[in-house]
Amino acid sequence: MESIKITIDKKIIEVPKGTTVLHAARQLGIEIPTLCYFNLGDMNIENKPGGCRVCVVEVEGRRNLAPACVTECTEGMLVNTHSIRVLNSRRTVLELILSDHPYDCLVCAKSGNCELQSLAQKLGIREIHYEGEKSTYRKDTSPAIIRDIDKCIMCRRCEMMCNDFQTVGVLSAINRGFQAVVAPAFEMNLDHSTCTYCGQCVSVCPTGALTEVDHTRKVVNALADPTKTVIVQTAPAVRAALGEEFGLEPGTLVTGKMAAALRQLGFDFVFDTDFAADLTIMEEGTELLDRLTRHLNGDTSVKLPILTSCCPGWVKFFEHNWPDMLDIPSTAKSPQQMFGAIAKNYFADKIKVDRKDMVVVSIMPCLAKKYECTRPEFAVDGNPDVDYALSTRELAHLIKQANIDFLSLPDEDFDNPLGESTGASVIFGTTGGVIEAATRTAYEVFTGKKLEKISFEELRGLENIRHATIDFNGLPINIGIAHGLGYARKLLEDIKAGKSEFHAIEIMACPGGCIGGGGQPYNHGNSDVIKARQTALYKEDIEKPIRKSHENPFVQKLYEEYLGKPMGEISHHLLHTHYFDRTNEVIIDE
Amino acid sequence: MSHIKIQLKPRQVEQLQEVCQSFNNKPGELINVLHKAQSIFGYLPAEVQEVVAKELNLSVAKVYGVVTFYSFFTMQPKGIHPISICLGTACYVRGAEKVLDEFKRLLKVNVGETTPDGKFSISCLRCVGACGLAPVVTIGEKVYGRVSPDGVKDILKEFE
Repeated sequence: MESIKITIDKKIIEVPKGTTVLHAARQLGIEIPTLCYFNLGDMNIENKPGGCRVCVVEVEGRRNLAPACVTECTEGMLVNTHSIRVLNSRRTVLELILSDHPYDCLVCAKSGNCELQSLAQKLGIREIHYEGEKSTYRKDTSPAIIRDIDKCIMCRRCEMMCNDFQTVGVLSAINRGFQAVVAPAFEMNLDHSTCTYCGQCVSVCPTGALTEVDHTRKVVNALADPTKTVIVQTAPAVRAALGEEFGLEPGTLVTGKMAAALRQLGFDFVFDTDFAADLTIMEEGTELLDRLTRHLNGDTSVKLPILTSCCPGWVKFFEHNWPDMLDIPSTAKSPQQMFGAIAKNYFADKIKVDRKDMVVVSIMPCLAKKYECTRPEFAVDGNPDVDYALSTRELAHLIKQANIDFLSLPDEDFDNPLGESTGASVIFGTTGGVIEAATRTAYEVFTGKKLEKISFEELRGLENIRHATIDFNGLPINIGIAHGLGYARKLLEDIKAGKSEFHAIEIMACPGGCIGGGGQPYNHGNSDVIKARQTALYKEDIEKPIRKSHENPFVQKLYEEYLGKPMGEISHHLLHTHYFDRTNEVIIDE
Repeated sequence: MSHIKIQLKPRQVEQLQEVCQSFNNKPGELINVLHKAQSIFGYLPAEVQEVVAKELNLSVAKVYGVVTFYSFFTMQPKGIHPISICLGTACYVRGAEKVLDEFKRLLKVNVGETTPDGKFSISCLRCVGACGLAPVVTIGEKVYGRVSPDGVKDILKEFE
């Protein structure tokens, strides 16, 4: 490839043709500040509208300052990233942005994690010289996401995630000039749109314009109520990310500290969503084998491939887009909802507590889980199976508010019976993990043989679409994996066109799966963070004494004592669900 | 935003689909398609934007984004007799605003709105190139010059 020599701040570097000044500078260790620019390069996510003009640099021989994020290097280019003209311009740009921004950092949900705030700090802004009108827009609250557009700086990152990566297409810049905002079509509210609540817009928002609905107060109130038995479950991906909120390196597993912290917060039972993940494998794996066997026996009514149904963002996306294929996804509920159903039925009976006096809280890397637990089919007489879903970030806030010194906590175990889990359930938190867990169990059940090698490396990685063929004792099983809804869409269009050769497909809405979920600590465009979380989950898997869901002794006991067999009558009632055609649910507000 | 759900005529929808096909259903032709759509329907209600989005494989939000960006596009149906009052410099200094106020008073609608009977709509524009006749008002294809507030009533009478 042709290479180009350029000089940035008197340092010379040779870069491949097409490299931007921003990236060339980074290679030299020169950090040009950015605001609208966002990159998770390993997952094909990049936002560079060149709109904010914070990254401007001076290029010799060029009349205007150049935005470094979109300016490609040319041979012999001489760049100055900190001339007086650049510094003044950068400051002016930032002051102008701040002049139309509320000064409520003290009470803003994003304070401490806000890129605008950090930049103002970095550039030493102490005064804003431009006073003028401030744009205002109504606040929009949905079950999972709050839009506070007064804080929007029009970086368009959310629009890029929603349209290009997720292909959900809810958010777009509308109107013009001072009136311009990012909004759904016809300025409807999010909960009247096709929003999947994946939360990726929140993940990438540099300011407090997009944040999660915060349920920490409600949880604190429940914990303080002596009449309530409060149960917590934690999703697999949380343990690989929570530590970041306390200054630990990304990829530090904090499973034991997290259990200890939850116990100190006052939860009556500290359980694990991983237990329900093992249960999911029992049900979903059985369903896969059932469909597969019927298919092999020539039953033409059976639908293949089977699609995983753990991810609520994906489920809603599916319901909006393919209402004619609602019989393809597995009917198994997600682990969160399986846990809720088991907690408020089996466990409530066991400890003799009325379900109305039981509060189930889940800690999720996800914002769509907030929406999922409000779906009416997951409630009995208005009492939801899962009461509140907190994000990883919200749990960190709770721990900090309770003066718990997280880092010095001892490692503790989850409670039993709903806290026992296997390595198979741990990897649910990463793309490829659910289908690997299902494969481990399905293989052994189908072939009657023990797996020689439990890890399926061929299913792992971070490529957006992956596929592998697993040999089931002479029967080749084709498995597809997609993370990111845009990539899921591609696999679904193939199925619709009758071109898909997969037997089973795993789909996760977020980049990397739940480890990159909308409720995780902000990665600020560093994909190494997501990779480190993935490595951590595979590490915990290997260290687990049991690594196959069907070998979880408490899951086995639950079937013996209560459920009967997978896909049996009680399982069907408690652990399976159905899907809805949502094409007519989009409402244009009157 | 106020919006009344409307039913598009199947024949018009077909016409719109043909327009999209004539541009090979390319997302990049959005602005051209919207121009044609507005000439078919007279305006661009949500339902039309939904059809365009589907045909060009774009999100409705993106289509709406373009519709709201360009002032040429409108989501309000225009009246049978669209009234445009020139507020260019020459017309303005010769009292166009008072003329506009009189139209608004008599028709009881604001700029950008249409009378409930669908007969008149009011919009403003900047200079029709007839500054010698200022203040200028156009109604449909017809041009009125040297309009005074007192004369507005008589102009409207012509359309009764």
